[in-house]
Amino acid sequence: MSDVAVAAPSTRRKIVARVADLKKDYHLGNNVVVRALRGVSLEFAEGDFVAIMGSSGSGKSTLLNLLGCLDRPTSGQYFLAGRDVSRLDDRALSGIRSRYLGFIFQSYNLISQLSVAENIEVPLQYQGDDSPAARQRCVRLAQLVGLGDRLHHRPTELSGGQQQRVAIARALVNNPHIILADEPTGNLDTATGNEIMQILDALNRAGRTILMVTHEPDIAAHAHRVVHLRDGRVEQVTGASR
Amino acid sequence: MLKRLAKKLRLGFNSLFLHKLRSGLAVLGILIGVTAVIWLVAMGEGVSYQAQQQIKDLGATNVIVRSVKPPQESSRAGGGFFMPYGLLRADFDRIVSNVPTIRQAVPMREIRREIRNADRTVDAKLVGCTPEYFALNHLTLSRGRFLTDRDLDRSDNVAVLAAESAAILFPYEDPLGRTVQIGSDFYRVVGQTAPRTASAAIGGSLEAREYDLDVYIPLSTLRWRIGDMVLTARSGSREGEIVELSQITLTVGDLDEVDETADIVRTLLEKYHPNPDFAVVVPKELLRQAEMMRAMFNVLLVLIAGISLLVGGIGIMNIMLATVTERTREIGIRRALGATQGDIIQQFLTETIVLSGTGGLLGVFFGFLCKPAVVGVRNLLGRILPDMMASLPPNILNLEPRIATWSIVVAFGISVLVGMVFGLYPARRAAHMDPIEALRHE
Repeated sequence: MSDVAVAAPSTRRKIVARVADLKKDYHLGNNVVVRALRGVSLEFAEGDFVAIMGSSGSGKSTLLNLLGCLDRPTSGQYFLAGRDVSRLDDRALSGIRSRYLGFIFQSYNLISQLSVAENIEVPLQYQGDDSPAARQRCVRLAQLVGLGDRLHHRPTELSGGQQQRVAIARALVNNPHIILADEPTGNLDTATGNEIMQILDALNRAGRTILMVTHEPDIAAHAHRVVHLRDGRVEQVTGASR
Repeated sequence: MLKRLAKKLRLGFNSLFLHKLRSGLAVLGILIGVTAVIWLVAMGEGVSYQAQQQIKDLGATNVIVRSVKPPQESSRAGGGFFMPYGLLRADFDRIVSNVPTIRQAVPMREIRREIRNADRTVDAKLVGCTPEYFALNHLTLSRGRFLTDRDLDRSDNVAVLAAESAAILFPYEDPLGRTVQIGSDFYRVVGQTAPRTASAAIGGSLEAREYDLDVYIPLSTLRWRIGDMVLTARSGSREGEIVELSQITLTVGDLDEVDETADIVRTLLEKYHPNPDFAVVVPKELLRQAEMMRAMFNVLLVLIAGISLLVGGIGIMNIMLATVTERTREIGIRRALGATQGDIIQQFLTETIVLSGTGGLLGVFFGFLCKPAVVGVRNLLGRILPDMMASLPPNILNLEPRIATWSIVVAFGISVLVGMVFGLYPARRAAHMDPIEALRHE
């Protein structure tokens, strides 16, 4: 089935990320090896919106960590922005995350002692960009997600939906090639979850590439393609990139 | 660059401010250490400055020869009721005629005597001296004149009173032209010296010297009127001694000649004094000893203060380790958002340096309060425990702390260094966390 995914690239679009035969083993004690990923090959085109689904233990978190350059595969390749990043060291991976990736987490993961504006600014800090233009960009992004009047609030003073919007603004601030979302609506009620999904939809329409892990089918329905994982393999890919 | 640094410092302050008590205690540890360094060094400097000042008063180009009462056994060997010891007038002549480097030689004889004006008495130190004594001891006049060569030549019955003696004997009137009685003789007061601070004992060979209860008369007068024999009643028994001169102060022309002159004088006198009844004191030597003492003292103080800073540093490390554990998730977030391990190290190191630097700055501030604090404590003790204060030696009573610039620089530098050293381990621990694990941390 994985061949299907590889064989179904968008006709004209640029490929922003491609994984080939990606494997990941975890070594537990007593020579127990957990084979979390057993050879996954996927391509992601620019402007794609892909949902990754699967039951717990299917390897979707492992795949997201690898795609997010937070971890290195046991074997296989990961091409991001035209280069193989699967063997880079920690420092280089930090640089890749900083330049090409944006993260949205289930539990928002804002830094509680920083204000909204400061939270959005964090990724820029690690690019060494503290120009006034960058600060302007943070304000614009906060306005984009509807929090232009909450710039100096602390995360604890915001609702869950508002916090997730801050996280989205933060994921956009470095103008990433890919936005990685890990159960972005998992901690939210349905109505708020829908609001968040509308923002993601809008971003995708504006040309953003989004990879999202979810286990809710109606959330996955927002994506163009859904990758179903099972036991560390791609079981099925439904839909097609537009 | 500077802006970025300012921002990092501000962020450091912010996260430390979240735990005011915890950060405050860590700062306190460093603060106490730094303040301790500055205070201890300031006190040490104050004491040694006092000592040096007194030694300088003695004159670096001087060699002081003093009569010393020999131990009891050897004194009995001489037999007789009156025990002769100490420098002789012949010694004075011998020194002056035999040692070519000497520019000036000032003999002096001192005895305790009761001085009387009608019904007022003072137990004063009667000093028989020459006019040179005045300049040699940095005395100043408040009234009249000091002794002159003419007084000495004629062995006149004239006296110069020191400030305190004058105040006791003549509380309401001008002592000039009045007479005081010493033994059965009357002396005309011709002058009065201004108050002069006492000099403390230095190195054991020189006793503490107070000047304000002195009465000065010509050396020749003292010889003719009172003589060399001194009778003292001590616990029932009477003791007599014969002393011709108490002290000879020799001044040489050049600093390099001091040691040599002292050696010559010692050799010369040893021939005529088989008993150890004299001492040669070289202020220059004392100065060198005092400076060495000060250096050793300072090393010791810095060591002690260093230990307290070390303890402060361990406190900081403890707190930073707790902070790192507590902020594991934040570390994970920052790593996911592109922070390198170096960035994380920098962040936590900045925080520890902010902690220790704040402690250091506050410590320097409190360090400057040393002088008012010492004065305050002294006044307070003087009011609550006047007896205890009175029993303290004068060099502690008059102690003026002197803040040494180097101690401020060293103390602050060490405090920042402590922050860096003790912050490095927690910071590295934070940086080497697995970002995935850190993100999952609750």
